[in-house]
Amino acid sequence: NLQESESENKLDGETASDSESKSEFGGSPPVPTSDDTPEVLNRALSNLSSRWKNWWVRGILTLAMITFFFIIIYLGPMVLMTIVMCVQIKCFHEIITIGYNVYHSYDLPWFRTLSWYFLLCANYFFYGETVTDYFFTLVQREEPLRILSKYHRFISFALYLTGFCMFVLSLVKKHYRLQFYMFGWTHVTLLIVVTQSHLIIHNLFEGMIWFIVPISCVICNDIMAYMFGFFFGRTPLIKLSPKKTWEGFIGGFFATVLFGLLLSYVMSGYRCFTCPVEFNNDTNSFTVDCEPSELFQLQEYNIPSVLQSVVGWKTVRMYPFQIHSIALSTFASLIGPFGGFFASGFKRAFKIKDFANTIPGHGGIMDRFDCQYLMATFVNVYIASFIRGPNPSKLIQQFLTLRPDQQLHIFNTLKAHLVDKGLLGRLEDA
Amino acid sequence: EVDLEERLGELDLRSDSDIPDVPPPTDSTPEILKRALSGLSARWKNWWIRGILTLAMISVFFLIIYLGSFMLMLLVLSIQVKCYHEIITIGYRVYHSYDLPWFRSLSWYFLLCVNYFFYGETVADYFATFVQRREQLQFLIRYHRFISFALYLTGFCMFVLSLVKKHYRLQFYMFAWTHVTLLITVTQSHLVIQNLFEGMIWFLVPISSVICNDITAYIFGFFFGRTPLIKLSPKKTWEGFIGGFFSTVVFGFIFSYFLAQHQYFVCPVEYNSETNRFVTECEPSELFQMKKYSLPPLLQAMLGWETVNMYPFQMHSIALSTFASLIGPFGGFFASGFKRAFKIKDFADTIPGHGGIMDRFDCQYLMATFVHVYITSFIRGPNPSKLLKQLLILQPEQQLSVYKTLKSHLVEKGILQPSLRG
Repeated sequence: NLQESESENKLDGETASDSESKSEFGGSPPVPTSDDTPEVLNRALSNLSSRWKNWWVRGILTLAMITFFFIIIYLGPMVLMTIVMCVQIKCFHEIITIGYNVYHSYDLPWFRTLSWYFLLCANYFFYGETVTDYFFTLVQREEPLRILSKYHRFISFALYLTGFCMFVLSLVKKHYRLQFYMFGWTHVTLLIVVTQSHLIIHNLFEGMIWFIVPISCVICNDIMAYMFGFFFGRTPLIKLSPKKTWEGFIGGFFATVLFGLLLSYVMSGYRCFTCPVEFNNDTNSFTVDCEPSELFQLQEYNIPSVLQSVVGWKTVRMYPFQIHSIALSTFASLIGPFGGFFASGFKRAFKIKDFANTIPGHGGIMDRFDCQYLMATFVNVYIASFIRGPNPSKLIQQFLTLRPDQQLHIFNTLKAHLVDKGLLGRLEDA
Repeated sequence: EVDLEERLGELDLRSDSDIPDVPPPTDSTPEILKRALSGLSARWKNWWIRGILTLAMISVFFLIIYLGSFMLMLLVLSIQVKCYHEIITIGYRVYHSYDLPWFRSLSWYFLLCVNYFFYGETVADYFATFVQRREQLQFLIRYHRFISFALYLTGFCMFVLSLVKKHYRLQFYMFAWTHVTLLITVTQSHLVIQNLFEGMIWFLVPISSVICNDITAYIFGFFFGRTPLIKLSPKKTWEGFIGGFFSTVVFGFIFSYFLAQHQYFVCPVEYNSETNRFVTECEPSELFQMKKYSLPPLLQAMLGWETVNMYPFQMHSIALSTFASLIGPFGGFFASGFKRAFKIKDFADTIPGHGGIMDRFDCQYLMATFVHVYITSFIRGPNPSKLLKQLLILQPEQQLSVYKTLKSHLVEKGILQPSLRG
């Protein structure tokens, strides 16, 4: 234990992560993470120098991950949800393990159980809220599910309270501070990891395009910023990540916006991407079939005169969604990187090079997803504010639980509003 | 130059006993009390101070209830800000992080953001008519989540930009400390306010039950206490715990009986846009109308009555009091553990004899969430004005289809006559 802490202290805060500057050829001090690269890759690349070998390993793994991403998209929403869930659990595990390492708190066995228990509670709460909304008819049919959903908040709270009381009862003299730290650590991790993954699933249900375009924009920005920085990079961007440069940042921004426009153009043509995911009671599976909304219907836009002279066209046919994609890409390029800086700062603060070494050449799952987190929340807030309104079936469901006099009042107000707007004539069709 | 990182690393790993105690807080008892009690011995003096301050706090409480809902909301808000301040100050002391000036501003900024978000969500619901009239407010309400998120993001980016070499760990600790504190204090205070809007009785009975449990457990423990309850708080005893439980249930039962008779306490708080004030006037719901209950034969034999007139709310008050007595104390144990972990005697020394505001409210926190969850699960359905607001935001086609569904439902239930037109 003592040796471990000494070696941790030896790593200078400055060079703990992002240690290889552009000009160095692998001259950084040896990193205490084991080499995970599969044997087959090692042999294939054994002839190259270590810098190119690293580049190839990263490249191959990037392609592998992207291919994997496409396969899952092909397999459908259910598999996507499962993958999001697995990624969430792995990220949680990585961050909690870091907490254990920082505080040397392996000898608090209660606490590992409690962390997983809290993860379960938080997931139960969030999944319960989403499932009730989207699987409404399924839930109403099955009696045990109906009761679980009616008293869902109460049950979740009771479960959480049990964990809370167990924590209080598990407090051990001489270890209070450690235990409170781990409690706080667990809760902050839950806040980051679980809420984000559920927002991603909400976005997914809105339409696969709302899931794919943001994630791809972040990945594209990552890759483009790296390439622009590699070829043109000169002015450092932020002290926190010495490898990032302004040239990479700005180049990545423009490239990502362009990429977002093109990708949305391609995807808006397909119903399987643009339609909200619905659960079909009869076939008991997910369907993506609908009349595409206005967002996904081609429209003529007049090009401003400045661009007209540049491009030579008077009008252009675009999907309205492409305009939204500009907002999404802009966020991914300008604010998304702050999630990455936050994670870099975190790694330097706790003197770790990577969150884990799950993916050879890349680090842990968390390392890949650090920029995604802010993005998921942004997309969800964006959709809620600018795209969709409230869910009509949910509103009807709430309406049915009101008292009759309240129902009448709402009905009459709605009717007056509709008549006012001219949507409802004097003659009402039953 | 002392390496703050290494010092902090050592701080984390030392066991609790190595950490020096924080010097005891200064005695802030007012001079006048000190002179009045100068004759008594130290133990009785302490008892008298605590007693007087308890009475003072309870009087303030009654005064504010009399002044109405708006003052209560302000009170809750001030308490929230004070609790937040107390906990953040402890964080500064623990981490010796006074020399991170950015961070104090950022903490207050995050408090502002979170409050803005929560108040925006509640205010929009309850002040619907007030908001409809003003254009700027409409805009703020419609894009409320987006604006709140943008504000939070600004704070987040400022934090990232403020990270300073050699202070990373400290800054991350304070960031996490701030967020956990926000989670505890701000969410609870807003749940308290939502409970308040449901009806003052939902605010008064839980808080009084917790206070009553505190006092009666102390009294029972004082007179009969023998078996210690939990190592964390050596002063608590099983006798106090059980005695407190029964007295609190009885107290809650009797107290709700008196409160349920007055419309002022029982009606949901509404904002009247004409008079620009809060009103509590309504037809009392079923919960607050006397009903005859037949006693189970066991109690019949004991009491000699066959039926009893009770408000249904009194049954709910039993649930509330039970929670206050059995689970509420865990909030107190949590706070005790926290104080021991960080070697502090009290959260602050705002109230002489009692400590800080947080010391008084530690048991209340779980209670507020419980009452809120209880109300949403068992008592009320969704908020009608909120539902209406959402209906009016829908697309016209959606509104039409919802309208048709509602109409068929109402006709089916016989609430609406199919022949009625216009």
